[in-house]
Parts: sequence; structure tokens; C-alpha cells
Amino acid sequence: MTVYILQRSLQSIVVLFIMSLIVFCGVNLIGDPVYMMISPESEPAEIERTIKEFGFDKPVLEQYWYFLKNVISGDFGRSFVQGIPALPMILERFPATIELAIFSLFISLLFALPLGIYAGLYPERKASRIIMSGSILGFSMPTFWVGIMLIMLFAVKLDWLPSTGRGQLGTFLGIESSLFTLDGLLHILLPAINLALFKLSSVLRLTRAGTREVILQDYIKFAKAKGLPQSRVIGVHLLKNILIPVVTVIGLEFGSLVAFSTVTETVFAWPGAGKLIIDSMYNLDRPVIVAYLIIIVAFFVFLNLIVDILYSFLDPRVRIKGSSE
Amino acid sequence: MNNQTKYELLSKVWSEFSENKVAVIALIFFGIILFVAIFAPLISPTDPYDLATVTIMNSRLPPMEEDFSGNVYWLGTDGAGRDMLSAIFYGLRISLSVGVLSGLFALMVGAFFGISAAYFGGRYETLVMRIVDIQLSFPSILVALIILAAFGKGVEKTIFALVLVQWAYYARTARASALVESRKEYVDAARCLSLGNLRIMISHILPNCIPPLIVVGTLQTAHAISLEATLSFLGLGLPQTEPSLGLLIGNGFEYVHTGDYWISIFPGVALLITIVSINLVGDQLRDMFNPRLKK
Repeated sequence: MTVYILQRSLQSIVVLFIMSLIVFCGVNLIGDPVYMMISPESEPAEIERTIKEFGFDKPVLEQYWYFLKNVISGDFGRSFVQGIPALPMILERFPATIELAIFSLFISLLFALPLGIYAGLYPERKASRIIMSGSILGFSMPTFWVGIMLIMLFAVKLDWLPSTGRGQLGTFLGIESSLFTLDGLLHILLPAINLALFKLSSVLRLTRAGTREVILQDYIKFAKAKGLPQSRVIGVHLLKNILIPVVTVIGLEFGSLVAFSTVTETVFAWPGAGKLIIDSMYNLDRPVIVAYLIIIVAFFVFLNLIVDILYSFLDPRVRIKGSSE
Repeated sequence: MNNQTKYELLSKVWSEFSENKVAVIALIFFGIILFVAIFAPLISPTDPYDLATVTIMNSRLPPMEEDFSGNVYWLGTDGAGRDMLSAIFYGLRISLSVGVLSGLFALMVGAFFGISAAYFGGRYETLVMRIVDIQLSFPSILVALIILAAFGKGVEKTIFALVLVQWAYYARTARASALVESRKEYVDAARCLSLGNLRIMISHILPNCIPPLIVVGTLQTAHAISLEATLSFLGLGLPQTEPSLGLLIGNGFEYVHTGDYWISIFPGVALLITIVSINLVGDQLRDMFNPRLKK
């Protein structure tokens, strides 16, 4: 077990290292960053000075080495555009992204679980077929376009909900969030629905498949034969067993919600980390791009590590196979 | 295989496929889309990128509106006065070519690594499959963002990003079926004839791995088209000179708050029909090739 965890941790570090090298070298090979900071008409001496100051005259690998040393001490460099350190700039934006992702996850589970169980219990009913066709439509629809349609319908045509920004923030238990004020809730509703639709279909399909499998098990038949009411059979015996795969997937789905929120945040002008990376890519703000990508890759590597370790606790076959390799 | 058996096989596949009426309708829709994409310059009412005919005077005309010279714009015009219907026809052409091209490249790369991993086994296989696993643990959009952040936007770069996003799926599928195939007797027989490894992989194992690869191919192509549209919408994928459906929607996004709905709705509908029809066809193919669902 310990061997497996160590192996997986080592692999995570290697992946993170390789990714940081790719990101850093790639990003620093395009364009000329010098003219991002000073005007091209500056004195040659000043251009020279800037190049020296930022170390652009050194080979990329040497620059990478300095970069790595700084990163380990938490310094990702300063944003070319805003002149402030990149790391706090990104971390400051993360709460908005996490808040959006959590609320979306909540919405998608709220709808996906009941609909999925229903479609699994009564696969022949017309409503179930509509749910299943709807889910194909759900994962076929490009997120950004659905977002535009939501804005058009609810913000422009009906004028019910706001379509940009986070609205008023409330503070509860020291956490600042849009979820604690009515205005904030109204603001988060459209982006969260938009992001949720994307996950809703896949969780729904998974729940349905799980339900159809579990419903045939002996313990369900036994619970029914015992004369337990349907609500208890479904609410306890069935739900507990279909939740196992669903919970595992949720860990990974949460990560992909954070990644896909770049799209939703851009459409709804949601001031999260995803919008920041897109804006930075327009402006070629390299330190921010590199910092964001490395943080998000680290986030994923860590998330996967946790899921894998949890999995190996639940399923001994994984760790035996892992350590024999 | 002679022509007779080829014909029989095709008709058998078709009769199985046509059991699902929805899939048949989806296939017809896809056929129409393919036709439109291929013949866009011939069937478009106007050439939307001909600067001689497009004038800003006609900008943002609602659908069915006429301009001063009596031309009817069925789906209206965009901010620069281009006919939306023609722009969508041309956009479909670009979106489909990028999607299909990236799918084909990814298929080649993925099938090569997948089959060779299964064929040679050992450390090489472990390494390839580890890379596949690691890559699949990242969401597709993140992989694409990293590539485009590193190399910048452009047609080849977008295709490269899409290939990199997709190859792992093909590799996994190809390896799974090549693993089964390479244990069969015909492969042993080919080895006994001392045929080259490359020849055994390409002309003996590969043809038997095609069905599952076709299934993955259809679903992945739909995914690639959607991802390209997303990236182009964000302004990171294709350049403005290659206006795919995603870019058209992105251009229409500017006018959302003024209520000029048609500029972003119609390209989106075209995109949606394309993706849904490919997905439905792919779904039916998957059911057909899935041995567990065989009657």
C-alpha cells in the first residue's frame, strides 16, 4: 500500500515537472515579451536594460531553472500588464471559480439523480425516453452557445436575470461569496445553470445505468419481499449503492467543471480565474498564463492522486496491479 | 474479399443500422450537412467573403429582410453586412474539415501507438499506456488551452491541439482490440511466415480493429468539432480569416445585448444539428458493434 502511494506520488511529481517545462518553454517561445513592457520606440539602451533585468538574453533552459527556483518559493513573476505578482492575482480569482463550480455541481446533482433513477426504474416509459434523448442533446450542445441562448432568453428578452458579473457579495463565516445575498444568487443562477447542463447529462446517464444494474440485485428483491415501502427501497437500499460510482466520478467531474468554467466565465463575464486566463492569453501576459496553467495542472494532478489513493483503498486489485508493474 | 461478399456485408450492416429510425434520420441530416459543406461555394446565395458585393449598408438586417437591390436575406445579415446563410454554409465547410482532419490524424497516431503497444508489450506498452492514462485524466479543454497558450492560435495549431486531445482515446481503443487480435492464430501464422512486424501490424491486425475505431472516430469527431467551435469562440482557435461556426457565433455574441438574435442563433443551430446527428449515428454504431447487446 505504502509502495503504491509512493509510486503514485512520484509519478505525480514527474508529471507536474514535465508539464511545467512544456508550459514554460512553449509560452516563452512565442512573441517578444520585451515590447510588452516598454514601447518599441524606447532608447536601445533602455531595451537592453529591460532584457538584462528580466533575463531574456539567457537561454530558455536557464530561464526555466530560475523560474523553477522562484516558483518553489511561491514567486511566479509579475504580470506584464498589471505589474503585480501573478500568484496572488490568480489566487484572488479562484474563490469565484470554485463557488461557481460547486453551485453548478449542486444543480446538476439535484436534477441528474432523480431523473436518472426514474429513467432507470421505468426504462420503457415515454418520459424516460424523453429524458434519455434530452441527455444526448445535453452533451451535444456546446456550452458557450447554450450560455448565449440563456442570456438572450432570460436576460435580454424576458429581463428576469442579470447576465454579467458576480453581483453583491455577502460574508458568512468569514467567506465572501455571491451565494449569501439575493443579488448574488440571481447573478450566479444563469452561469451555474449553463455550466451544470454540461455535467447533468453525464451524471444522469451514469445514475440510470447504476439504477438498472442495482435494481436486479437480490438485496433489492429481498427488501421488496419484506414489504418495505417503495420510498424506503429507493431512498435507502438503491440510492446507497448507486452513489458509489457517482461519488467517484464527482471528484473528477468537479475538476472538469473548474476547467470548463473558462468558457462559462467568458460568456457571463464572471470574474473568476478562467476569465483571467483567457484575458491573459489575449494580452500575451506570460507570467499569468504560466502561473495559471501550472496551478491548474497541479490541482488536477493532486485531485487524481487523491482519487487514485481512495480507489486503491476501496478496490485492492488496483494496488496489486500497480505495484507489480 | 470479392465484390459479392463485400456487397452482402454492407447490406447486412445497413439492415442492422436501419433498425433505429432516429439514427437513419440523423444519417440523412449528416448527409445533407456534408453536401452543403462540400458544395458551399456552389449553393450559397452569395459569396460572404467577396468584398466587392458585401457592403456595410446591409449590416444587421433581420431574417427575411430585403436590401435596396431586392436581394432577400433568409437568415439576415451579420455586423459587416454578410449574408448569414452563406456564412453558415462556408462555416460548416471549415468546421467540418478541421474536425474530420484532426480526427483522421488522431486516428493514425492513436492506432499506431495503441496497436504497437499491444503487439510489442513490455515496458514500451507500460510507458505508452501510462501516458494515455495521464493525458485522459486532464479535461480536453485544458489540454487544448495548454497547447494554444504555448504555440498561439492558427489553423495548424488548432488541428495539432485537437489531435493531441483525441489520440489517447484512439490509442486506448486500438490497444484493447489489438490485444485480443494479436493472440489469435492468424497472427501466429503471419509470424511463422517471418513477415515484418510493421506488415503484421498494418495489414493483419489493423483491419480487425477497425469497427471499434470507427465508433470512437464518429463520437470523437463530434467532440472535436464542438471543441474547435469553443476555442474559436474564445478567440484562441482559428484566425478570423477562417470563419468557422464557432467564430460566427463569437461575432454574433457582440450583438446579443442589442437583441440581434439571428447572428449568433443560426450558426449555433447549424453546429448543434451537426454534432447531434454525428453523435446519434455514433451511438447506433456503438450499439451495433457492442457484442454484449447482440441478440
